[in-house]
Amino acid sequence: MSEAAEELKAPAIKEKSEPLFSKKNRKLLSDPMDDNNPVTVQVLGICSALAITVQLEPSVVMGVSVIVVCAFSNLLISLIRNLIPDRIRIIVQLVVVAFLVILVDQILKAFVYDVSKQLSVFVGLIITNCIIMGRLEAFALQNKPWPALLDGIGNGAAYGAVLVLVAFFRELLGSGKLFGADMLLWLGYEPNGMMILPPMALIVVGLIIWAQRARNTKLIETH
Amino acid sequence: MQDLVNIFIKGVFIENMIFAYFLGMCSYLAVSKTVNTAVGLGFAVIFVLCVTIPVNYLLEKFILSAGALEWAGMPDVDLSFLSFIMFIAIIASIVQLVEMLVEKFAPALYGALGIFLPLIAVNCSILGGALFMQEREFETLTEATVFGFGSGVGWLLAIVAIAAIREKIRYSNVPAPLRGLGITFIITGLMGMAFMSFMGIELG
Repeated sequence: MSEAAEELKAPAIKEKSEPLFSKKNRKLLSDPMDDNNPVTVQVLGICSALAITVQLEPSVVMGVSVIVVCAFSNLLISLIRNLIPDRIRIIVQLVVVAFLVILVDQILKAFVYDVSKQLSVFVGLIITNCIIMGRLEAFALQNKPWPALLDGIGNGAAYGAVLVLVAFFRELLGSGKLFGADMLLWLGYEPNGMMILPPMALIVVGLIIWAQRARNTKLIETH
Repeated sequence: MQDLVNIFIKGVFIENMIFAYFLGMCSYLAVSKTVNTAVGLGFAVIFVLCVTIPVNYLLEKFILSAGALEWAGMPDVDLSFLSFIMFIAIIASIVQLVEMLVEKFAPALYGALGIFLPLIAVNCSILGGALFMQEREFETLTEATVFGFGSGVGWLLAIVAIAAIREKIRYSNVPAPLRGLGITFIITGLMGMAFMSFMGIELG
């Protein structure tokens, strides 16, 4: 009995001997940053985020929250991937994600209450952030926990990077500040109120996509 | 009555889900290539919002919010930290239920909406609608329902408009790197600016 169990364990141990940051695993982290960016290439997860990119601080907090939720939901789902019946997997995934989001929300309320008020419903909306569901469906359900964790961190970070980039331009041009500290105002810069309005978030993302695709021509769509 | 009309107008134009809050952007961008599918998804969203918002409202009012359990003899209990998980569970199960009911009793409607219904469970505008409903503290069930209906109509309006524009823009000469996603974002931004001119409208 115990011999059989050991035999079963053996291959798992063997596979683990692959270095933790092998080339393949590093690719999981770096790929989402450019070629496979969840926001600008796969069009996922824009829903819950653009409204909070008026300033850098909430965007950074939001980015970190999404990294945490994405990484740990990937890890958890990957751990129980063989136990989930196929038909009810969406509900199982939603419950796991919702559980993590509640944790994040309570932590934000406890430690950075102001930012949590600013983010209002958008923390809750991480639950329906398509990046997270998309990664669970496409990656975590088929892969081992460690690559799944890395994939989650990579995608969460790529999403956070886009958020921070958008917020950088919007706060710098919209109020002449970064993280609330004066950057351009002392030069006599007149803040452009337009940048603070919601539509400009979309236009900034559109321009970022333009810049990225002009550089990386294989991403261009035919229509 | 006037209050209800105000809530409706506000939901459709002023606080449009897409243009003011960017909710439901994923399906908005993915399913807006042709007008027909956009109309289908739009109606499915209205339908689901009209069902889930009242249910979530009752849940919030009688179970989740602080002191809501008074009728059960537990006035000190505050379950509001559970609202995310309860809302999403309600939404996912109602969507599943609606899908089965529609399939059984209205096969024609199922043919039109069928493929969109599962998508809607993770559409941010549905959960967003529930969370905004919670944040705004509507007084009656009717108000909450009208809010849900208005938000849904606003969403339909937005997706049909962008689908129509995308069908036409196929014939224009957009710079190559901007084609597809990029130009859609920029057009949505411009439409959002147009919608901002509704700001401040109030009846009566």
